[in-house]
Amino acid sequence: MKKAVLLILTVIVVLAVVARRVGRDWVPVKVHGAKRSDNRRLAPDFSLPDINGQKLSLSSYLGKVILLDFWATWCVPCRGEIPRFVELQNKYGDRGLQIIGISLDDSPQPVRDFYQQFKMNYPVALGGAKTGDLYGGILGLPIGFVIDRDGRIYAKHIGATDISVFEKEVKALL
Amino acid sequence: MQNVADRFKPVRTFALFLLSCLLSCAFALAARAQPGSAASSIPTEALIQPEELVRIVQSGKSAKPLILQVGSNVLYAQAHIPGCEYAGAGSTESGRQQLRKRVDALPRNQLIVLYCGCCPWSHCPNVNPAYQELRAMGFTKVWVLYIASNFGTDWVDKGYPIAKGG
Repeated sequence: MKKAVLLILTVIVVLAVVARRVGRDWVPVKVHGAKRSDNRRLAPDFSLPDINGQKLSLSSYLGKVILLDFWATWCVPCRGEIPRFVELQNKYGDRGLQIIGISLDDSPQPVRDFYQQFKMNYPVALGGAKTGDLYGGILGLPIGFVIDRDGRIYAKHIGATDISVFEKEVKALL
Repeated sequence: MQNVADRFKPVRTFALFLLSCLLSCAFALAARAQPGSAASSIPTEALIQPEELVRIVQSGKSAKPLILQVGSNVLYAQAHIPGCEYAGAGSTESGRQQLRKRVDALPRNQLIVLYCGCCPWSHCPNVNPAYQELRAMGFTKVWVLYIASNFGTDWVDKGYPIAKGG
């Protein structure tokens, strides 16, 4: 009987730990809203303050493959994507990938805290309604744009997107 | 007798294993549920579909509901339902305070429609706390706009009316 109790407790603890981890990291991995065009339009330039108050402009990264991520700290699917973006930046940064985050939070402090907590390794700017309008309206989060080395939009992804989709597109452009 | 008990020992162990798996699954689901924030816990009868709200907004009736956006101010400034007001993010205490202040003087039978549309419905952190807040204040007619994916996809892209500006 002791063995049985021990077995039950062990299984409960193991599955609970796994469940907690799944619960924390889970985001839907379905790809929806992906739009890709051969007739690529130029990604609108912007100049925004980053989380340290320095100016961040898209044009200063021209020549790199850019993954522009519109997100917010309170957005659950966005939060799920960030660690994957950190890995992607690590993996392809040397080959010319530059991920740029544009936070649509209402204030900068939660973004600064999040940046530290998630050990983000790419610049994050603080955007607003004007930036959203520039990109055709950011009316849901996250939204990611993949931009080629000439500054043209290669793909747009609305909603949480599997990192393998971004990786495939980035590799095709590098 | 001892032999019979031994024969059923593997069955008993397997049954216990199954039971523990079920208990663990229940525990996992409870961990995922995050009561208080999940939009999916809003009762179905309190939901209103976009096409239904469009009809109400566009109807000539003078008694319109008070429509409040309880999500992101940045998203609100880009596009919102005409006549609606921004009432603070339901996921934050300061947002709920803004909401309370807005509705405090209203009669408790005022029809109020809440919406957010920041994220897919099951991930929206704002609508349920705002809904619970109004219910706790005694409001009896609170509807929540069901937005499956986001405001862009489920409202703007469908050609429903919008207004811009903060």
